[in-house]
Amino acid sequence: MRLAFEINSEPVELEIKPNQTLLEVIRRDLALTGTKDGCGIGECGVCTVLLDGWPIRSCLALAMDARGRKVTTIEGLAQGSHLHPLQESFIKHAAIQCGFCIPGMLMVGKALLDENPRPTEDEVRASIAGNLCRCTGYTKIVEAILAASEDRG
Amino acid sequence: MEFSVVGKSLPKTDTLEKATGRAIYIDDLVLPGMLCGKILRSPYAHARILQIDCSRAKRLPGVKAVLTGSDVPQARMGAFILDEPILAQGVVRHVGEPVAAVAAVDENTAKDALELISVEYEELPAVFDPLLAMEEGAPIIHGDFAGYAKVFNPVWRGNLCSHTTFLEGDVELGFKQADLVLEDTFRTQMVHQCYMEACGAIASVDISGKVTVWTTTQSVFVTQARIHQSLGLPMSKIRVIGTRVGGAFGGKVEATVQPVCVALSQVAFRPVKIILERDEEFTSLRPRHPAVINIKTGAKKDGHIVAKEVRIVFDTGAYADDGPGIAGFGAMMSRGPYRIPNVKIEGLCVYTNKIKCGAFRGFGNPQGTFASESQLDEIAHQLGIDPLEIRALNGVETGDRALGGNPYGSVGYKECLKRAGDAIGWGKPKEKNRGRGMASINHISGIVSSAATVKMNEDGTVVLLTGAMDIGQGSDTTLSQMAAEELGVPYEHVSIVTSDSETTPYNWATTASRTVYTAGNAVRMAAREAKKQVISLAADCLEANPQDLETREGYVFVAGSPERKIPFRDIAGMSLWAKQGPILGSASFMVEGPPFDAKRAVVMGYPFGAMTAYIFGVHMVEVEVDTETGHVRIVNSVAAHDVGKAINPAVVEGQIQGGFVQGVGYALMEEMILDDGKVTNPSMVDYRIPSALDVPKVIPIIVETGEPTGPFGAKGVGECGLVGTAPAIANAIYDAVGVRIKELPLTPERVLQALKNKKTARTDWI
Repeated sequence: MRLAFEINSEPVELEIKPNQTLLEVIRRDLALTGTKDGCGIGECGVCTVLLDGWPIRSCLALAMDARGRKVTTIEGLAQGSHLHPLQESFIKHAAIQCGFCIPGMLMVGKALLDENPRPTEDEVRASIAGNLCRCTGYTKIVEAILAASEDRG
Repeated sequence: MEFSVVGKSLPKTDTLEKATGRAIYIDDLVLPGMLCGKILRSPYAHARILQIDCSRAKRLPGVKAVLTGSDVPQARMGAFILDEPILAQGVVRHVGEPVAAVAAVDENTAKDALELISVEYEELPAVFDPLLAMEEGAPIIHGDFAGYAKVFNPVWRGNLCSHTTFLEGDVELGFKQADLVLEDTFRTQMVHQCYMEACGAIASVDISGKVTVWTTTQSVFVTQARIHQSLGLPMSKIRVIGTRVGGAFGGKVEATVQPVCVALSQVAFRPVKIILERDEEFTSLRPRHPAVINIKTGAKKDGHIVAKEVRIVFDTGAYADDGPGIAGFGAMMSRGPYRIPNVKIEGLCVYTNKIKCGAFRGFGNPQGTFASESQLDEIAHQLGIDPLEIRALNGVETGDRALGGNPYGSVGYKECLKRAGDAIGWGKPKEKNRGRGMASINHISGIVSSAATVKMNEDGTVVLLTGAMDIGQGSDTTLSQMAAEELGVPYEHVSIVTSDSETTPYNWATTASRTVYTAGNAVRMAAREAKKQVISLAADCLEANPQDLETREGYVFVAGSPERKIPFRDIAGMSLWAKQGPILGSASFMVEGPPFDAKRAVVMGYPFGAMTAYIFGVHMVEVEVDTETGHVRIVNSVAAHDVGKAINPAVVEGQIQGGFVQGVGYALMEEMILDDGKVTNPSMVDYRIPSALDVPKVIPIIVETGEPTGPFGAKGVGECGLVGTAPAIANAIYDAVGVRIKELPLTPERVLQALKNKKTARTDWI
């Protein structure tokens, strides 16, 4: 099947199998390995990408669902070497340990701040509740998202 | 002392690449011609393999290698007892044990090939309870145990594969002196590390037979050793390179899939990648040992503890793995940070027909500490003494000794107790159904060896080579900070290279909270050696005595005359082109000395050598218990840890907070459920770990005591954050609603049942 969509602001067109997930296409066909594969059943959230700005689990989405739409992955968050404020904030607040959940966390964080530029701590926690992190205990991730929202506002 | 790099929360060296999706983990790597490896697993808990027919699998187009136990060397591997084949040899001992492996051109073909392998089994009697496994007549799981190679001399019998005993004083006499003696049995559950990144490896064999393995691991050297043990290759033919590690927590110290991956690539003669699926993680790789803990403690009316007897049975499953170490160490820590004159403590490691258990943050310590700290709380309650007071009364100080008789280094236990108590408002009034609880922690951070090399580039910047693997906890950062501080160069001038068994110096493993202390000491010594060479050259240039020179910010200065200076760049150039030769400092560090003081303690069957640099901590929580649903909500949490010196305070805080939250999972939510040895909840849907909504903000308190033998006074912190959380929560539940639950996890069902029992039976114990 032919799939055409936009990834990180660039148009792509490729041949895929109908049963391929969006995660497989992103990681294997497009070699964008920043998006991670954690559990394959939509439970851990590490494969989160944005579809038309909305966070989705790419392991549960068929690649064909992206036809004609815009997908943003972690590779599209920074503008060249100019980091997104969330990336700056995660680094500054030491919110990253093993880093495996971080691409998904950042995509969810971006969707949250785009929608709600000044969230409360409870709102931040609710928004990342579907993204599991086994290293940090979440405290520094929550602090980093809150600080990024303040820096912007 | 003023430091310019150490003690600062500098940005971590690996976070820019991780924040931008550029970090390379094992599943991101692809080699030309790479095959996909898959493993066929046993459906039986204990069975004899009568026959394996691989002919159909081998004929499937795209299949390049099929292996069973008879196709690989008849060798066994293990950390303490070499009991484990990489593929079952004639017998399977747990559900999920690898029986055969295939490599094929893609994942679907590999999976299809597994289905074409037919295995004929004859079921054998199995045993799942470690207490039953020790009884006469229980099925013997390792009939050849006596013949296995071992790295220590275990006390063993039947399925009991290791039995460690510590004796100090006269425990019977101690109990006679006591005014109150409590005796209880506690139970803890099997839990999984649940790192976000599954285990995996790529193996590639060159034309000379040399193997290169890329893998997610806590130690390239342990991986290399296990491949060597199981496949018989000399280590000069095995190169292991660590990729970024997506979480490990103990689960990736010992071999995961690497030996099988190597064996497949040897046959296929192409690179092979194996990445485990999540259900394979849950059914085949080393969760935390479930334990049964019998504990008896005697105290005087004034609260002084006079005797303690502990017996912990660790269920290690089908293979020993790290079990003997865990049983011995977990037992040793269960005395706690208390002065107790009469002690008898035993740790037993027992085979059963379950998934093999292994290292998980805390290494046997969380099990014993849950029991010990819960019972101490009850003693305080029955004697009418405040839980904080009884801990202060018995708590250790500088000059006291660890179990086994060796003196501690720095001891900040009581400062942790005080600062945590102040932070949580211990003793202040509480709302209804709310309660506060605390638990004390002790652990070690110095064990075995590490080496490091510091070499200078032509421009005066430096490269630090270490075998210490950063598994996300931040050792690349803290070790770089230590090298920069010792040499006197800016942090940005240090580039760190880690974990290549062929090019970086040996380091045992990222485990035992040991990296900052053990690898840190080696790094500091290597940097000191390089600095000596820098100063020697600078002394000639500046016409000064070497002892009058100091280094800072990449310059060598004459002390007291800051205008007389020379940059490292000039020194480096001189060393390459004119004088002395390239600047290169290397050092080896070993934790040595008698493991125990024979005049003070009798110790039998302990599988480790010397341990040092004890660390201490106190956790306090406030919980709210919903008496209708049994749900426990953590309202406040404080964790104070004596880390000697925080090389990077933000990194230390992250370790404390992350460990604490894993402890919340252990305390309230997580449990692997087995039915006749089969894991029934092998997915992240059915095995839940804490999300951001399940846990509170964790307030870390760093206590700095300056460990005399530590680099810049530092000692470890990695594991302690997990160890004390469960008993602190259990004690807070008691404080809130008056029930003491002696089995983890403290689920709503158990809390409700305990409340119901309390009402009907008028006892607050279940």
